[in-house]
Amino acid sequence: MDFVRNFPFMSIILSLFSGPLSSVLNAKWAKRLNTAVITAVGIMSAAVLIYVLGTGEPYVYMMGHFPAPWGNEIRVGVLEAFMALFFCVIMLLSMMGGSAERQKELEESKQNLYYIMVDLLLCSLLALVYTNDLFTAYVFVEINTISACGLIMIRQNGRTIEAAVRYMIMSLLGSGLLLLGICFLYDLTGHLLMSNIKEQVQILAASGEYHIPLIVSLGLMSVGLAIKSALYPFHTWLPDAYGYSTISSAAILSSLVSKGYIFLLIKIFYRVIGFDFVGESKVIHVLYVFGIIGMIMGSVSAIREDKIRRMIAYSSVAQIGYIYMGFGLGTAEGVLASMYHVISHSATKSLLFVAASGLTDASGNSRHFRDLTGAGYRNRLAGAAFTVGSLSMVGMPIFSGFISKLLFARAAFGHEYKMLPTLIALAVSTILNAVYFMKTVIRIYTPAEHPAEMAQGRKITVKEQPTKSVALVFFILLNLLLGLSSEPVTRLIRQGLDMFG
Amino acid sequence: MSKRVPQEQYEKTFSYKFKRWLDGTKDPYLNEVEMKPQEPFCESQQDVERREEYRKGMRERVYNLDRNAGQRIFRKFYSVFSVLFCLFLVAMLLAAVSWLPSFGEADNPVNNEVSRRYIEKGLQETGAVNIVTGMILDYRAFDTLGESHVLFVATCTVLILLRLDRREDMEKYQSNDRLHEPKNDVILQTAAKILVPPIMIFGIYVILAGHLGPGGGFSGGAVIGAGMILYLNAFGFAKTEKFFTAKTYKRLSFGALACYSLAKSYSFYTGANHIESVIPLGTPGAILSSGLILILNICVGIVVAGTMYTFYVMFRKGGY
Repeated sequence: MDFVRNFPFMSIILSLFSGPLSSVLNAKWAKRLNTAVITAVGIMSAAVLIYVLGTGEPYVYMMGHFPAPWGNEIRVGVLEAFMALFFCVIMLLSMMGGSAERQKELEESKQNLYYIMVDLLLCSLLALVYTNDLFTAYVFVEINTISACGLIMIRQNGRTIEAAVRYMIMSLLGSGLLLLGICFLYDLTGHLLMSNIKEQVQILAASGEYHIPLIVSLGLMSVGLAIKSALYPFHTWLPDAYGYSTISSAAILSSLVSKGYIFLLIKIFYRVIGFDFVGESKVIHVLYVFGIIGMIMGSVSAIREDKIRRMIAYSSVAQIGYIYMGFGLGTAEGVLASMYHVISHSATKSLLFVAASGLTDASGNSRHFRDLTGAGYRNRLAGAAFTVGSLSMVGMPIFSGFISKLLFARAAFGHEYKMLPTLIALAVSTILNAVYFMKTVIRIYTPAEHPAEMAQGRKITVKEQPTKSVALVFFILLNLLLGLSSEPVTRLIRQGLDMFG
Repeated sequence: MSKRVPQEQYEKTFSYKFKRWLDGTKDPYLNEVEMKPQEPFCESQQDVERREEYRKGMRERVYNLDRNAGQRIFRKFYSVFSVLFCLFLVAMLLAAVSWLPSFGEADNPVNNEVSRRYIEKGLQETGAVNIVTGMILDYRAFDTLGESHVLFVATCTVLILLRLDRREDMEKYQSNDRLHEPKNDVILQTAAKILVPPIMIFGIYVILAGHLGPGGGFSGGAVIGAGMILYLNAFGFAKTEKFFTAKTYKRLSFGALACYSLAKSYSFYTGANHIESVIPLGTPGAILSSGLILILNICVGIVVAGTMYTFYVMFRKGGY
């Protein structure tokens, strides 16, 4: 067996092991370890991606001495390896972008706990991406939930504690529904391994036996994961969690945690239930309707917001709506568009959070719009990065957001009865996006006139924040890369989704 | 017939004291033990008023029900709708359960080749007499590896929330805690003296015999943790901190989890690469048998006991 095949297992164990190891290190070494682990995992994932692209077929890796239905196993395909690599890149950049804030906002003695949370979060994301077993997925969903809670509340002020409590309640409700769904499915099929469940489900679907519990189980799992990834009516925990936690937490939560759950949902659709069955069921109509409502309502809430980070957070609600709307179309093209949007939104949203923190740094740490006047001149790089992120979110060509909107529109085209609502919702949502993002961009490039506004701000140069600047530059490049050469990425996703089937 | 003893001598006997205790005329602890009534928790009128005012002002500011008609309607709607929704969910889930295969039938989908192999070959493949232990620590060890890290991450989250790191906080809350702490309670101390050693030994037994009978790291660790909490309550922090501090916990949990990860990495790696594992399974039924399971059980036990104890200490005092 090629040695490269061990890499997914090694990256999971490495990140898992670095958690307890960080608990005996001090903050400085825990940080170095964290950076090293994320980099190492990223390199290994890249090697795996190249290997899988070369062989052209997925492989399974036995976790232990017993083959699959008895023991655990992980499964590696193109999409899995790509997502692992992508998550590592975003996580590394988010950690770099927020390192100065962490130093300032977290208690000195608790900083190494922060790195434990991040290490274990990375581990759980990798396990969610690679696993081929529903129960393993559930175990790592637990780790993911708890460490995300820790990331929110480690910056201790009233708002983050409140946000963490809300997050915990909603997220545990989601976990509970997911677990119920898995129990139902186990009772019907007698398996926890994804491939075996799929075989059994196909037999059950063909014979029409146990149709109702099967639908209920699919519904429970979809709704559970939708709650955890903040689909519209379940988003109430989100604005405060993203708006008041330390900046790297906000970037990681918005672009990795919720996306990990979405990726798990795609896996459940393709590898557990079978996409044909999902497409015929009514569950996706529910996801579609809530996705559409989320697209509009998230943007409306963002327009009404007067603090920059909460505005970006509400924009996440809208973007999650896009992703579920894509699932709701019930076609392979729709899922492809959603998957691309997962990637483009992750890259853009973390960019926006880091850039926003650069802008607030230049405005006396105030998040109010009125204090941000002219911030784009005071911190030029952050201003440019924020503009790039905004244009991408609105859907301007050459940025990544444009491609995902194009893919959504293309997927909706020719759909029997969902074409018109999708296109209208896309149009309305784009205009609303433009309203609040362009409002911010114009605001940060309006020269400050009142002396009171001038007094708040101070000029920030690139040299003053070296790591944040490097992170911002890489984020901008990543965004342009995704926008300009989308063809290889979409081909990769298509190939990966084919490997799922 | 027994001899009649004089009253004076009779009053010294145990049976007389017992009789008086039974009647309730004499309390054996009265004047023998230092008994200090707990200081009542009293709050000045001013504090109460200020708190009430704050709460009222907060409610006013957040909801402002008099002016906010939308909020008023929403609250009514919410209380009705939440009940209706719960009823709907209950009805739906009950209906769905009624469609599931009936419980305990022999030809249910659950009784397939997976459970058959666990039952038939579990003993010879894992060496564990207790099939459940064999399943969670050998067949599906990856899940359990994740599960023990769930405990670890949960402890870390509690540390983030409750550990008092600033000195002034520490002093403030500690002095506060000591006020209401029962001190040198003879009944509790005597009971703890008798109970704690058997509890600890039982916990260790449950861990060590996890592969031979009912038990294992999770349950045994919980027993040990409970014993430690009882000891702490009886004798206070001064005694427990002699052998168990935050540093001890850190090192123990790191050691246990590292050992677990390394042991399992070895078995995952050899398993996936089809290399023969060098760890012998031993004779089933012996204490030193079933390969890595015994070591893993000990690791899990340490993590669980430490987690329980740390949770208690954090909620009680916020640091140790």
